Amino acid sequence: MPRMGALVDLQDVSKRFDAGPPVLDSVSIAVAEGTILALLGASGSGKTTALRLVNRLARPDTGRVAVLGKDVEEWDVVELRRRIGYVIQEGGLFPHFTVARNIGLVPERMGWADAQVRERVIELLTLVGLEPAEFAPRMPRELSGGQRQRVGLARALAADPPLLLFDEPFGALDPITRRRLQNEFRGLVKRLGKTAIIVTHDLAEACRVADEIAVLHEGRIIQHSTPKALLESPEPGYVADFIAASLPE
Amino acid sequence: MIGLFSFILDRRGELGRLIAEHLAMALLATLAAAVIGIPLGILLSRRERLAAPVLAVANVLQTIPSLALFGLLIPLPFVGGIGPRPAILALIVYAILPILRNTYDGLRGVDPALREAAEALGLRPGEQLRLIELPLALPVILGGVRLAAVLSVGTATIAAAVGAGGLGSYVLRGIATVDTRLVLAGAIPAALLAVIVDAALARFSRSERPMRAGFILAGLALASSLTLLDLRPSTPRVVVGSKNFTESVLLGELVAGTLESKGFSVDRKFNLGGAWLCHRALLSGDLDVYVEYSGTALMDIFKRPKNTDRSVVLASVTADYAGVGLTALPPLGYENNFALVVRALDATTFGLKNISDLRTVQTQFRLGMFGEFLERADGFKGLAQAYGLSFTKAPAEMDLGLLYQALESKRIDLAVGSTTDGLIAAKGFVVLEDDRHYFPPYDALTVVRAAALEEHPGLRAALETLNGRIDAATMRRLNFEVDGRKRDPREVAREALSSLLPQPSGQ
Repeated sequence: MPRMGALVDLQDVSKRFDAGPPVLDSVSIAVAEGTILALLGASGSGKTTALRLVNRLARPDTGRVAVLGKDVEEWDVVELRRRIGYVIQEGGLFPHFTVARNIGLVPERMGWADAQVRERVIELLTLVGLEPAEFAPRMPRELSGGQRQRVGLARALAADPPLLLFDEPFGALDPITRRRLQNEFRGLVKRLGKTAIIVTHDLAEACRVADEIAVLHEGRIIQHSTPKALLESPEPGYVADFIAASLPE
Repeated sequence: MIGLFSFILDRRGELGRLIAEHLAMALLATLAAAVIGIPLGILLSRRERLAAPVLAVANVLQTIPSLALFGLLIPLPFVGGIGPRPAILALIVYAILPILRNTYDGLRGVDPALREAAEALGLRPGEQLRLIELPLALPVILGGVRLAAVLSVGTATIAAAVGAGGLGSYVLRGIATVDTRLVLAGAIPAALLAVIVDAALARFSRSERPMRAGFILAGLALASSLTLLDLRPSTPRVVVGSKNFTESVLLGELVAGTLESKGFSVDRKFNLGGAWLCHRALLSGDLDVYVEYSGTALMDIFKRPKNTDRSVVLASVTADYAGVGLTALPPLGYENNFALVVRALDATTFGLKNISDLRTVQTQFRLGMFGEFLERADGFKGLAQAYGLSFTKAPAEMDLGLLYQALESKRIDLAVGSTTDGLIAAKGFVVLEDDRHYFPPYDALTVVRAAALEEHPGLRAALETLNGRIDAATMRRLNFEVDGRKRDPREVAREALSSLLPQPSGQ
């Protein structure tokens, strides 16, 4: 049974691809409602796979994944995904759709009336800080990296999902834009009362955005704590090394 | 050049029809290939394990030479036979690969991150395909359709060999009658058509609303295909065929003209690619009548052993035809034997008079002959054996219509033609004597479907008015009018008929 109060609950999940070493090895994480969790690790640590288990883009070999109090295998997969916003690097915008169509796609597929969809698009563009009249008709190629990321977030929020997943969302941005967006995103998620999981390899980003950090290494969670606790008392070995390597000289 | 223009202008009515037929065949085939290839490509992109074997099969189909594919389709029921139907089917087979391949590649080439984003947004598989993957792959898919269309316009030229019409008719007729203007009158519009189709599709693939443009194009293809329908009132018609060389075309025109003068409605299916094709077409009912040679029927159609006795051959062939529901009428009155032809100068220099004299030149002479002669039971191999000849150089295979040009320009030294070729005397060539009587007799005789004789009262009597009326000298003269003077076979035949046939009296 899923633990009480946990919006996302990974229980002892393991996963391997073909004959390789396990990508995830007996991982258990619970994310309480209203929490922002960062999955922190180097590439190959299994953090993205862990994220993909949540919206069933991947399935575990063993163990259970529960979302919103229900095992993901019991969810209708389309239902499940419409309750989970998903943001990837560069926003993952569809290049042949306008900004408005990108944002309104899910409500449109859910059968909202056109006027309702239009209204929602305006609302969301305003929310992520883009002037609706100017940006709604643009094509993704006419946007800067940061603007694309904002549209990506707006699209993830379109159907007002309680849970948001971010996969290295700020990876392709310049440092100034990245920092500004990190702050805005955290503010927005908190203000809307959403639960979120963000995958990153950037310690500073994890500390800035998340309430809790789970460090993954070779498919295992080796420390799960608040950013403060992580910095002050890292587990000796990998976590300590990771933190040391992330700090300026 | 100006001559070519006025030549084309003179034929603009017929040319327009041929262009329409050509375009209709190519577009219809492309449309059908798209209807098959695009869904199949989608399926393959979803079922990776099917992709490799299916694409391999499509690749192999693509490599079948087009004439061979037409040949393979002829004996099939429903889709086979002669005319536009098998031609379109063959074109579809060729057009599928580029469309299938590009659909598959285009869908596979969609950025996996976008595919995943669509999935993660909770789009259903059908929505992912329709809203995201197909629109993103569309330029590549349309590239495949465009390639298929251009390919079809090109390949449709060959479709004339199975009586499908189109611009290839001019090309084949031109080659058969050694008429460059006719070849160009077919080839130039065909090339232009390919360029225009390519440009039109390129424009359409850049269109803002590709779906709507697609429907318009599909509509055009279907509309143009109406030209393939025979909308003439269905009076009973007699279908006259011919093989793809001058004399056969002339004989076809003589038969057709005779029938028309007796009030029959006639369809001409000329320039069909060889004896076998004509025979199959008779058996399938696509043709009612054509003129064959007794020796050819004996050895190539009915696979009987060689015989050099004229009356024995005629009797054997007549009986064999009767056995398959065909009627061989009495001979037209002349024989058209194979002729081994050399330049007059060589004949004097090397003392060539008989075929057996060729032994003195077998290390130097280069032979040219039409492909069928290489394969025929009464063809080259048997000839070489009968005369103990062994030529050092491999024989060059070329169309009948090109042989004498090649001989004159010394690209070959010996041509295998026929004794009634009009160009032999005109160019001062010498025919070698068949001193060992290798070749069977080749009496020209009209072969007609027995069922057609019953269907059309008076058909037999009409056809028989030609019996015994054409001698070798006449045929040679008519051949020369076409090959040597570049005249239209129909016109030459009409002129000849007015003197050959008793004039109708008292209208």
